Amino acid sequence: MSAPTVLQVQGLSIRLPEGADRALAVEGVDFSLSAGQTLCLVGESGSGKSMIASAVMGLLPKPQVAPVAGRILFEGRDLLALSETELRALRGQRIGMVFQEPMTSLNPVMRIGEQIGEVLDAHCPLPAEQRRARIYAALADVGLPEPELIAKAFPFRLSGGQRQRVMIAAALVLEPVLLIADEPTTALDVTTQAQILKLMRELQRRKGMALLFITHDFGVVAEIADQVTVMRFGSVVESGTAQEVLRAPQHPYTRALIAAIPHGRARQSGAFLTAPLLDVKALCKSYRTSGFQLRRGREVHAARQLSFTLSRGETLGIVGESGSGKSTLGRLLTGLVRSDSGQVKFDGRTLAPELRHRPAGDRACIQMVFQDPYASLNPRHTVGAAIAAGPLAQGQPRSQVNALVAELLGKVGLGADAAERYPHEFSGGQRQRVAIARALATRPQLLVADEPVSALDVSVQAQVLELFEQLRREFQLSMIFITHDLRVAAQMCDRIAVMHRGNIVEIGDTTEVLGRPQHDYTRELIAAAPNFFFNQHEASNA
Amino acid sequence: MNNGFWRRFRRNRAALAGAAILVFVATCALTAPWLAGHDPWAMVQQPFLTPGQLPGLPMGSDALGRDVAAGLLYGARVSMLIGLTATAFALLLGIGLGATAGYHGGWVDALLMRFTELFQAVPGFAFAVVLVAIFQPSVQSIVTAIAIVSWPPVARLVRGEFLTLRGREFVAAAQLAGQSSTRIIFTQILPNAVSPIVVMGSLMVASSILLESALSFLGLGDPNVMSWGYMVGAARTALRQAWWVAMFPGLAIMLTVLSLNLVGEGLADGLNARLDGRTR
Repeated sequence: MSAPTVLQVQGLSIRLPEGADRALAVEGVDFSLSAGQTLCLVGESGSGKSMIASAVMGLLPKPQVAPVAGRILFEGRDLLALSETELRALRGQRIGMVFQEPMTSLNPVMRIGEQIGEVLDAHCPLPAEQRRARIYAALADVGLPEPELIAKAFPFRLSGGQRQRVMIAAALVLEPVLLIADEPTTALDVTTQAQILKLMRELQRRKGMALLFITHDFGVVAEIADQVTVMRFGSVVESGTAQEVLRAPQHPYTRALIAAIPHGRARQSGAFLTAPLLDVKALCKSYRTSGFQLRRGREVHAARQLSFTLSRGETLGIVGESGSGKSTLGRLLTGLVRSDSGQVKFDGRTLAPELRHRPAGDRACIQMVFQDPYASLNPRHTVGAAIAAGPLAQGQPRSQVNALVAELLGKVGLGADAAERYPHEFSGGQRQRVAIARALATRPQLLVADEPVSALDVSVQAQVLELFEQLRREFQLSMIFITHDLRVAAQMCDRIAVMHRGNIVEIGDTTEVLGRPQHDYTRELIAAAPNFFFNQHEASNA
Repeated sequence: MNNGFWRRFRRNRAALAGAAILVFVATCALTAPWLAGHDPWAMVQQPFLTPGQLPGLPMGSDALGRDVAAGLLYGARVSMLIGLTATAFALLLGIGLGATAGYHGGWVDALLMRFTELFQAVPGFAFAVVLVAIFQPSVQSIVTAIAIVSWPPVARLVRGEFLTLRGREFVAAAQLAGQSSTRIIFTQILPNAVSPIVVMGSLMVASSILLESALSFLGLGDPNVMSWGYMVGAARTALRQAWWVAMFPGLAIMLTVLSLNLVGEGLADGLNARLDGRTR
């Protein structure tokens, strides 16, 4: 490779404060990155990948977390040996950074143009005219329409994808030679993610900068990486070119990670001839933000005339991007959100639109598994108490409930001793298992799972999906499976409904919807999904 | 969990000192009859004896020849009693209204919060003075008055906590499990809101003691009990001749209130699990 090496990390170790689960966050990490190349640092949460980015930027929370060994050579200078003043000169000017959360990384009370202008002011003060021109150019560079208007806007006017473009514009305004992107697309929808990835590739090619890209998603890696470094527990387990690592992974961990990616193959589904268990007709819900005096309130239609049926034992996937109304649909079915109009028939009975008007029997037969296992378990209750709450409220005797709790914990793969422990003692995947056990405690017939694996690491995700499948068969559950990930939906669902702005735009058998999509929006979704396996498949055909 | 609490509390040295002072004051209050040996109203010696002038009167005597030390010991009883009971009532009222408003939201919330604002619109101390004046000064009326003027901030705090907590998914899960509203309020949400309430409670005991002292100073104390505020109030006419009569009860008030504030801060640290692993 003739391109000059921009960043070289040699034997980097970073220590963690005492009492953390390991002594070193990062241990003996080596890699190098040349101009015009993209290096993906891949790993699950806690692998230390973000720590490296912070170390390069000099943003580690010293002195508790500090580099203890190794060197970070940037254009031949050791960043770890530089003073804060010298580092500050480099940051922004020579090294740019884009963060994960576009919603919180922009200052909400400052105009977009000013936030980019700040970077200029810090490094090369310009006359107002030139400064403005640079800001507009930077915004135009990242494909934002009408830069003059955007520069005057406040961040809340922009969508997540637009904000991330602004962040990239701010990071690139001084044309750094190295851009560090820490999970820049994780918080975005798939179609937006595809656009941002395309933009970053394009900008990189044009400006010839080096890109250090941190991600947990092998789909994204396949889209963007030249080089891949896989990390686990702070150490590099495998590195090489993207081709080598993705096609022929050497290390068992890499292989496990790649194998754990939802394969996206549609599962075999049986025929469902019985009368529908759930019959939804013309369900509507809109949210109004109240208007104040002369300002009109905004109205958002989260569900417009939704109608569908679900057979006994069937799994229906609800897919869509954020804001499409898919979570609202789940909450309408459970009664957590009151519908404006429409009818939900369950097993022949019409369900009251509001949970508190539903008799205990109706409540028990529809249960829910939530997205975030950290928020869905009460931190002050033991796991056993959380699971027991439903059956106890039904009036089952205590001794019987205790036996049930132990049985359910066993079924979801946790020991019976887990009942006495508190949620914070468990990992994310284990908590989600607890949440599933809790949902099953009242012997529901229908389980609404709202993005139950999207907060989990990919290897844990695979295990939890497997658990869902196993319990579905064992308890003969019908499921509404809400997800943004088409691969997960393909794997889990008999039928799929695609939602867009509160409408179901397409509904049908999984193979039909994914294989021969009828609606434009479905096609767009499928095209945008980073799908490394489809690529691989094509490659092997070629 | 409890260990973690105690470790974090202990790390705050000032809070430990505050707790020690509080334990000392409480011991004095409990053992006042034995330590003092005589009634605080009893005229035991000639007036205006300086501290230590006569054995048995370490803090001297006041204008009527009463033992200042005995008054201080008995006063601790009144201050602690009023501080604790008034806070308990204020917490009950504040938590009850705040929880109802925050959990149910909508018009219930609007109604209860307007009601709360009604009380907040009147300056607290002036309101307490009026209440005690109307109902005749007695321990009961003073406790009632203090509770009435100090519950609104509690209601506001609890309502805020409930507003955020009721949207959590574990509350939704409890609703799906079929638990009643009352049960959800008390077993799901309240335990998660308890830390700020405890901290606020400890600070409220301090402000209640101050309020009671201020009322007694103005002559609105219970005439049958010796309190620190009354002692300071009675001593002010002779402040230049006999500084000690006002100074000792004044110091007692200051130390007790200070220690309660320190303990409150320590409780905030102790209940904040996120502080773990950080050095102060």
